[in-house]
This record gives sequence, structure tokens and C-alpha cells, in this order.
Amino acid sequence: MLTLFIVTVSAYVLGMLAALFSGRSAIGRGLVAAGAAVGSIAGLALGVVVITSGIPFALASTRFLPLTGVALRLDGMGAFFLVVVGLVGCAASIYGFGYSAQYAGRYSLRTLGVMLNLLLLTLTFQVMADNALTFLVLWEAMSLTAYWLVVTEHDQRGTVRAGVWYLAMTHAGFAALIAMFLLLSSTDLTTSFASMRAGSALLSPAARNAVFLLALFGFGAKSGIIPLHVWLPMAHPVAPSHVSAILSGVVIKMGIYGLLRILLDIMGGGPAWWGGVVLGAGAVSALLGVLYALMEHDLKRLLAYHSVENIGIILMGMGAGLIFHSYGLMTLAALGFISGLYHTINHASFKGLLFLGAGSVLHATRTRNMEEMGGLIKIMPWTALFFLVGAAAISALPPLNGFASEWLVFQSLLGGSNIPTPEVAIVMPIAVGMLALTSGLAAACFVKAFGITFLAIPRSPEAEHAHESPRPMLAGMALLALACIALGLAPFVVVPALGRVLVGLGGLPDTHAVFSFNLYLVTPSNFAIMSPTLVALGLLAVLGLVPLVMLLFRANWRLRVGDSWGCGRVGQTPRMEYTATAFAEPLRRVFAELYRPTKELSIDFHPDSKYFVQSIEYRSEITPWFEKALYGPLLWFIRLSAATVRRMQSGSVHMYLVYVTVALLILLLIARWS
Amino acid sequence: MSGYFLEIGQALVALALAPGLVGFVRWWKARLQGRRGAPPLLPYYDLRKLFLKEVIISNNASWLFRFTPYLVFSSTLAVTLLIPLVAAPLPFDRIGDLLLVVYLLLLGTFFLALAGLDPGTAFGGMGASREMTVAAIAEPTIALSIFGLALGAGSTNLGRIVEQTLAHPGAAISPGHLLGFAALFIVMLAETGRLPVDNPSTHLELTMIHEAMTLEYSGRYLALIEWAAGLRLLIFFSLLVNMFTPWGVATSLTPAALGLAVIVLISKLAALGLLVALLETRIAKLRLFRVPELLAVSFVLALLAVTSSFLLR
Repeated sequence: MLTLFIVTVSAYVLGMLAALFSGRSAIGRGLVAAGAAVGSIAGLALGVVVITSGIPFALASTRFLPLTGVALRLDGMGAFFLVVVGLVGCAASIYGFGYSAQYAGRYSLRTLGVMLNLLLLTLTFQVMADNALTFLVLWEAMSLTAYWLVVTEHDQRGTVRAGVWYLAMTHAGFAALIAMFLLLSSTDLTTSFASMRAGSALLSPAARNAVFLLALFGFGAKSGIIPLHVWLPMAHPVAPSHVSAILSGVVIKMGIYGLLRILLDIMGGGPAWWGGVVLGAGAVSALLGVLYALMEHDLKRLLAYHSVENIGIILMGMGAGLIFHSYGLMTLAALGFISGLYHTINHASFKGLLFLGAGSVLHATRTRNMEEMGGLIKIMPWTALFFLVGAAAISALPPLNGFASEWLVFQSLLGGSNIPTPEVAIVMPIAVGMLALTSGLAAACFVKAFGITFLAIPRSPEAEHAHESPRPMLAGMALLALACIALGLAPFVVVPALGRVLVGLGGLPDTHAVFSFNLYLVTPSNFAIMSPTLVALGLLAVLGLVPLVMLLFRANWRLRVGDSWGCGRVGQTPRMEYTATAFAEPLRRVFAELYRPTKELSIDFHPDSKYFVQSIEYRSEITPWFEKALYGPLLWFIRLSAATVRRMQSGSVHMYLVYVTVALLILLLIARWS
Repeated sequence: MSGYFLEIGQALVALALAPGLVGFVRWWKARLQGRRGAPPLLPYYDLRKLFLKEVIISNNASWLFRFTPYLVFSSTLAVTLLIPLVAAPLPFDRIGDLLLVVYLLLLGTFFLALAGLDPGTAFGGMGASREMTVAAIAEPTIALSIFGLALGAGSTNLGRIVEQTLAHPGAAISPGHLLGFAALFIVMLAETGRLPVDNPSTHLELTMIHEAMTLEYSGRYLALIEWAAGLRLLIFFSLLVNMFTPWGVATSLTPAALGLAVIVLISKLAALGLLVALLETRIAKLRLFRVPELLAVSFVLALLAVTSSFLLR
């Protein structure tokens, strides 16, 4: 394990050095990508070894670490997240080798290469942190490197603004995390997680609740839980696409990791209302996330909103787990947490894949606006195929991975009937309904995303002259597409492994008797049985048989290609196609209360007759009203305070000297009398 | 072993019955409206004719357009292997449960909507957009109905649900069951493109949903899609009749029991078909933007169904 760890760290460091010294050349870019890819694979291997062996990997042997206050230890749960980092990191860095070529001469490839490797390195250490200080320092390092990566394309419109929002939100969360750790460790931040675990039982209920709320705020701001999500749809789309994949696939999952670490591992679970709050936040994030995604016609922003949605689904599984945990229904609790973790790695793979696919489209057409795309399936067949796999997976279509984990989330919610108190149990069917609505809307949204982007006729000259992506980019996408298929077909490997990861956390039992290495996926007390593997086999068999039978019965195999039926009009133009806006229109009407669309219509008539229209201008926008309601007053307050503080900042050195002296005197006086 | 043969036989029965069911509902409807109506066997002749015609596809269409009919047909056919049509429980019951059935049907809808967008015509896009809207808002009701059924039976696997209702016949008239039936019935109308959500017998752009998506299909592709649509109707019908009133489903694999089960199934489907035909002659199509209200009603019914099973446990 130590070897793998050393390989991981040194590969990332070499990648950074390569970026520093020859970031601009093709060889340099190759070395950067190779460093990141090798580091990711070694990290993934380390995670797999720790999970399969069940032995945590501690770096206690090195002498100098205790002196610096740094403590590193990789347990099963950390190892699982390390696997997630490795999977997406590897695919994204291979992809990045091809993708970053376009940046040569425009943006700093040196910064991009260094920061990419540094981000992956901090993520690796993040899941190993074993005391509050290490955790917090790495958390801040992760946020800052992510910020640098977000603002790579700094001269584009909106990039810097997105970066500022990201920094502000992540630091608000960071403050909450510091407060939380101070509470947990009774103000000594170098206390190890092990002694925090022992100490957390001694905390008063009020302090425990405060820790819960601070954790939910701090980690929620990182994960993009609604209403703390505002930065996410701004920051993720403007980053380079392979970085977007890492940000959406991995970095926001660190919030999930933190929540699990604190709530389940260190606090050992809590009262039922904690689970209820997590479940509620998850359901709201899932539903609103997908509803806003539906209205989005910027391909990458659409995907970013779907990250909010999927974080919501993960939280629903975890929330159900926490509720069961509080009632002592441990097997069901394990099911809830397993479903959340399973969805975590699934979302990492398909969202990573979709962001890479969107990056390829952006690379080929230079636009993120779906209304200017179309017909790309013929020009970019491979990208289209990979994107289709991702789209089907995120829409939870069987037999891909999204279905397997969403099925488990459904099953853990259905387990709600075992909760003894009806007033709590009644929450579960509502959550089931919200989850079902979310997944239905997600399917609608991805019909739009794939259909408008890749099918029909190109809607702009850029789309017409698009080109297929270079090989490294295709390889990165292929890797994640395979992961989507493999994770979907092999829940009989993933689910028992996740069961092992969770054993002992918060008193969760060994569940290998329930979630065994079995072709069939079985939920506790045989509530439901399903086998995605056999479903896939069955589908393939039927799919092969149908044409054979048709041949046998002599169906007509002739095929003629002609124009689409244009109601008598000859010649079809892209203007006749359905647009993304039109596609989403019925749902916009259905949910008008939420969107509150504004509409402006101005028609120029011919001066002689109003029966002849010269031009029509139509503009419609949706109002993010609850963001305005929430952040409007906050921003107003911050601006007001900034204006007040500005009066003190005269710029004159004399004034500053006075401030320093006065402050010092006051401090001395306080010290004297206290 | 005989279980596996029965499974395949059951799928073949479904394949054979599906066009007849469509034709039968149409015929009943015509009779109720005082028309002589086309013979109930017309859909079989239609399928034969379509399989023998050549295919014309749009020059904008991609491989996806040509692949979709096969996928839609296969995924729908795969569902018939999973649901208890004539006997329960069958060996394939372990492969998938009610949730899988719903998502396999969604798989077909997803690809059909993509195929609607592929030729680049406005009709196809309109159909795709509307179909996905209806499918998305029908989804919560389906999930909740499943929840309600699963609560009663202690499982989401269909064979177990049938067995449990057979063992406890009183459950069939519990409020949870009745409300769940009503909810699923409304959703069935939406999901299979019947009135008042969609009109299966028109090609008017203002009213159509399903037909608009398939407008560019012809020949064997159209045959596969029409047949799949018939299968879909049969699947929803049999879910309704066999989940809520499972009497007649064979629990032993003797030829006599199976023969009886097929006859009972056909008469149950015919009865439900009559009910749908009756309903379709009595109501007009809803405006598209009124459809969500209807589906909201079904959602509330399903929620009440689950709540009452919680409280009456």
C-alpha cells in the first residue's frame, strides 16, 4: 500500500513539475496528463486494495508528521472516495491532454497543468485526513486550486464573476466547518478523529444539533445543496471541460464525504429529524435542480444544474439511511447509505462523461448554446454515442448504472414502511413521489439535451463545420462510458463492496449476509429482487432475435432515403426544427408558478397593412425568484457593510498608524482587565 | 424448467393478443358510436401489410432513427417476460420488479422521443416534447401506486404481489387498493396515449402526441412501433387487472390451469377494453395544458392510497 501511495503522490508531483518547466509544449502537456493519469490510477488501486483487504492504511511510521499536526489515515470510506477521484481523474486527465491543446498561446497552460495535478493531489490527501487541522487545511487548498482552475479562461464573460461567487460561497461554508470542528474537538484542532468520535457522545444535545447544522451548511455549500447552489451553475460551466468533469464528478462529492464522515462516523448518527432534514434538502435539491436544468439551453449549465439534482438524490439515500439509523433499523440504514454511495460513484462517472462530451461539442462548435447545434451525430459519431450512454445513464434507464443506484434509493425509501411512528413514515411516500418526478423530468431534459444537440439538421454554420474530437479526448470519454456500463451491470460487486466500506461506521452492522456476491440484487427481508445483469442479457437477446425472426418471416428489407415530409413545402431548413426552448415549453407552462416567466413580444407590421408582418421579436426569461429573495438582502447587507468599511480605508498611512495604535491599546486594556 | 418455457409462451401470447386488443377497443368504440367499425382483426392485417412494405426514411435521420424501432419493440417485449400474465410466480420474477418494468417502458419512450426529434421536422419535435412532458408527470403516480401495492404485499416483485392478493382476497377491496387502481387507471390512459390525454385515431397536429413522434416512420419500422404500442396497452391492462384482481392467474403449472388462465386473462382484458372504449365515447380530449391537472388528480389518489394503507395497517 505504501508503494501505491508513493507512486500516487510522486506521479502528481512529477506532473506538476512537468507543467512548471515545459507546460506549453506538446510533450509537456503529455507529461502533465501522464502524471495525473498515473497518479489517479495508482490512487484508484490504493483505494481498491484498502476496500478489499479491509485494512486501513495509516502513515504513522513517518516520524515528522505528528510534529506538524498532520495526520493521514485511509479507511474504507476514504478509500471509496479515492476510487471516485481516481476514476474521474484518470479519464479527465487523458481527455485534458487533447482538450488543452486549444489553450496554447491563449491561456496559461502552466497554471492549468500545475493546478490540475495539485487538485487531484489535495483530493487524495483530503480523504485521508485524520484530524481537524489536516482536514481544514486541505479543504481550503482544494477550494483555492479549484478556484484557479475555474478562472482559467479569465477573459471570457462571466468567468471572474463566477469565480468570485464560488470563492465567497465556499468560504462561507469553510467558516461553518471551522466552527463545527472547534465544537467537536473542544477547541484543539489537532485532536484526531478517533478521539473526536469518543468525545462526540459526551457533547450536549444542543451542541450536537449545532454540529449537525454547521456540517449541513458547510458541506452543503460545497456540494451545492439548494439554496446554497447559486455558485455551481456559474462556476462549473466556465471551467475548462475536463476540469468541469472533475469539479462536478468529484469535488462536490467531497461535501458528501464530509457529511458522512461527521454525521455517521464521528457523531455516530443522530435523532430522526437530522435524517428528515437531509432527506428534505435532498428532495428539494433534486426536484428544483432538474426543473432549472430543463429551462437551461447552455449545455454545460444544464449539466451543472443536473449536478445539483444528483447531489439531491444522493442526499435522499443518505437521509433515509439516517432516519433508519435513528430507529435502530440497521440493515435498512445500511441500504440507504449504500444507495447514496452507489449513486455517488455513478454520478461521478456519468456526469464526468457528460461534461467531457459537452467539452467535445464546445471544442468542435465553439459554442455552449444548444440552439446553435444540431446534426452532430453524423459529424461526431463517437462523441454522440458516448454522450448518449451518459444521457441514458443519468436518466436512470436500465440497464445502465443510474438505474441500479436509483432503484436502490427507491427501495430504501420504500423501506420506510418499517418505521414505527406513522408521522415520520408518511414522509417517505412523498419522497418517493418527488424522486419519481425528478427522474421523469431528468429523462425529458436529456431527450432535449441529446436530441437538440446531436440530432436533426445543424442549426448554425459552426455546427455544420464541426469536427470529431482527437483521440485522447475520445479515449477519456470511452473510459467513463465503459465505467457507466460496468457499474450498471455489476451491482453484485459494487453493493457488497459498499457494504464493507460502511461496516462499523456509526455502528452499522456487517451486511454481507444481505448484500452478498450474488447475481441478484436483494434488499433486506427479500423486499425486492432484481438483476440488472440478466436484464441486460435478456434485452440483448431479444434485440438480436427480433431482426432474425423478421428475416425468417420475410419482412421487406428495402430502404429508401428521401426528404422529410414538409407538408408540401420543398426543402427543409433548420428554422423548421423544434428548438430547445420549444421543447421545454410545455413543462415551463406546467411549472409556471416556479419559473415565473417574463414575456416580451414586439411585432413590426408592414406600414400599409397589419396583415403583413415585417419582424417579430420575442424574448422570454425565467426569474430565479427565490434566489433573488434569499441573496438579494444578503448582497445588499454586504454592500452596505463594505461601503461603511470603505470610509475607514482612506489610504493614508497616518490613519492606518492611528488604527494600529488604538487597536493595540484596546487589546492591552482588555488583556489587563480580563 | 417448464417455468422458463411458460415464460416464453406467455410473451408469445402477449405478442399475439396485443394487436387484437387494440382492434377490439377500436371496434367496441365504433359500435358504441353507432358505426359498423373496422373488424377487430384489422391491426393484424395492418402489421402484415407494413412488414411487407419498403421503408422510406428522412435524409436527415441518423442511425438512431433506424435503431429505435428495434429497441422500443425489444424493451416492451422484455417487459412481457417480467409481468405475470397467465401464471405466477414465474422464474423470471427474480430478474425484475415493478420499478424495472416502469423504467424499461421509459427506456422505450426515451428513444422514441429522440427518434421523433431526429428527422428534424416540427411535428416530431412537438410529439417528443409532449410525450416526455406527460411521461415525466405521470411518473410520480406510477411510483406511488407501486409503493401502495408493495406495502400490501411486502414486496415490489410482481409475482409476490399477485400471490399476496390471492392469499388475502379482502385486501382487494381495501381503500388503498381501490384508490391505487383509480390512480393507475388514469396514468394508464396517459401512458398508452388514450383519450382524454392523447387521441390514438387522429393525425391532427393540435391534438396528437404519440402519433406525432412516429410520423416519419414507415414499413417494417412502423410495424414494430405499432406492435410495441399495442403491447404497451396490453401490459398496462394486464398490470391493472392482474395486480388488483389477480383471480384466474394460474398458481400451478398444469395445462388445465394454464388454459383457464389464458381464457380468464382474455375476458378480463376484454372487460377493461370495453370500459376504456365506453370512457372514450363519453369524454372529449383535454387541452394539452389541462392534462397535468388530470395527472395531479391521479397523483393525489395514489398518495391517498398509500396514506390509507399506512394508517389502516
